[in-house]
Amino acid sequence: MSFWEYLADRHQQLLADAYQHASAVFQCMVVATLLGVLIGVAAYRSEWAGNLATTATATVLTVPALALIGLLVPVVGLGVAPTVVALTLYGLLPVVRNAIVGLRGVDPALVDAATGIGMSRPARLLRVELPLAWPPILTGIRVSTQMLMGIAAIAAYASGPGLGNVIFRGLASLGSANALNQVLAGTLGIIMLALLFDAAYVLIGRLTIPRGIRA
Amino acid sequence: MPETDGHGASIELENLTKRFPGGAQPAVDNVSMEIKAGEVVVLVGPSGCGKSTTLKMINRLIEPTGGRIRMGGEDVTDIDPVGLRRKVGYAIQSAGLFPHMTVAQNIGLVPRMIGWPKARIRERTEELLDLVGLDPGEFHGRYPRQLSGGQQQRVGVARALAADPPVLLMDEPFGAVDPITRDHLQDELIRLQHELHKTIVFVTHDFDEAIKLGDRIAVLRERSHIAQFDTPEAILTNPADDFVSGFVGAGAALKRLNLTRVRDVEITDCPTVTVDDPLQQIFNRLRAAGTSEILLLDRRGRPYKWLRRGDLMRARGSLARAGTLVHGTVTRDATLRDALEAVLTDSAGRVAVTGRHGEYTGVVDMETLLNSVHDMLEADRLDALEHQHELEELRAARTHAEQEGAEGVTGVGLGGRR
Repeated sequence: MSFWEYLADRHQQLLADAYQHASAVFQCMVVATLLGVLIGVAAYRSEWAGNLATTATATVLTVPALALIGLLVPVVGLGVAPTVVALTLYGLLPVVRNAIVGLRGVDPALVDAATGIGMSRPARLLRVELPLAWPPILTGIRVSTQMLMGIAAIAAYASGPGLGNVIFRGLASLGSANALNQVLAGTLGIIMLALLFDAAYVLIGRLTIPRGIRA
Repeated sequence: MPETDGHGASIELENLTKRFPGGAQPAVDNVSMEIKAGEVVVLVGPSGCGKSTTLKMINRLIEPTGGRIRMGGEDVTDIDPVGLRRKVGYAIQSAGLFPHMTVAQNIGLVPRMIGWPKARIRERTEELLDLVGLDPGEFHGRYPRQLSGGQQQRVGVARALAADPPVLLMDEPFGAVDPITRDHLQDELIRLQHELHKTIVFVTHDFDEAIKLGDRIAVLRERSHIAQFDTPEAILTNPADDFVSGFVGAGAALKRLNLTRVRDVEITDCPTVTVDDPLQQIFNRLRAAGTSEILLLDRRGRPYKWLRRGDLMRARGSLARAGTLVHGTVTRDATLRDALEAVLTDSAGRVAVTGRHGEYTGVVDMETLLNSVHDMLEADRLDALEHQHELEELRAARTHAEQEGAEGVTGVGLGGRR
């Protein structure tokens, strides 16, 4: 069976897997963004808290994905749960680091001006600091998403959703008729998803970064 | 803070002190100052003397570690700082505009925070842009990076004025623009203040700027100690000590000329005729006046030509080619420095003074100018002496009162001041 015949034959299954893959990455990214920005906001004002947050999230990233998911299985069980936890944890680092860098990079004179004209701390954060730190944060989200696309494939190891299942099935039956097709379809699918997401981020950037600070 | 109809509120600083953690000495040490409503007070001093810190304590961007701040008679040392700042305009160096907001959004920030309706905010924004000399239609939707430095600074001032605060704090607002624009912005601020009568506290390290803008100037030395707090005239003619005179710099008498307008000095009269007068009459006027020169005015009463006796002889019945054209004139609002400049460059050492529409009102020459300056400096000197005397008496009285007061609050009052 050629690769194209394989695709034609299994496209429904593949589309379902791709959808689940994208959906898992997207949802975990939303959670990672919210958590990451919150951590960034909580930590950026103090030297040690910022360093702690960056180091902690960086440490998570050094744990091999397979090991982390394997370690999570006894704690949260098989399936979706370990996937979501692992993806969210991995997605945090770029967001947290860029949030801290972005928030610290806001011109102190502007923070001073914001306080000086009578903005409360939350107002200053929402109206001035976060909008100005948004471009680097968005870059962090973009990097995170690319990374999660690959990592999500490993979730299939713990019976998670996504294109990883196709790849693992292929790897498990190497030598059989469709093994190579399966691995190829899974991998190419992930690459295409990653490109689609990236295009979406360019669009989001256009829509959400105010014209006054767009490069 | 009591409502003040947009006019200024008085500010009193009482023993204001700021000690930063880890600092051996306080950054601002025991500053007391009374600023009257509607007055422009300039804090001037070398870098690092604590003038900015002092300013930022007024809107409590920096919380004082000791002392009281009163605004319009109300103690604001312990009230909610956010509420306080919304009633105190704040303009800083390089404007501090938010780059992600349009000009209109920047200006409308404070009104929006205090809950003005949209229509009123829009109206106010247009009004303010107009006030600071920017065309509302053109600049309304622009982003700060699309503006020049001077324009940004104007928007910064407009933002500070947005909610019509009685007090305006300005922290070296014109420090980052080129000299020509700075001069222009200073003139604009003077014009604005003429209309608005805010209480303005202005920080700068440029003494010339201080002289130009300040009703009173506080010259600060390190730790914000007040070396002299007085009118520009008094500081120029009678600096309190070497530090102040060093800061005033050379040419104090010349700088003093900037503070007086032509309308404040004696303007002499000079015989005039108009272009429509018959030649014979011009002869008669010249002879009757007993001067060698007569000023010819055009049909709208503006100085046109200087005519000498000899010119008339040579004119042979026509004024078209006779006399010398009037080159420079000064208005009644020009400074004495401008007048001096004009007199020095005029070949005959005199210059015509004009009114608002360019019409002739008189003449100043070297002699009258010199006399006026001498009288002025003398008067300043007397004023300063008298003032100094008063201050000494006041200080003596205060020390006396403090000594008596200290006995009542044993230890506390004395302990605080070492």
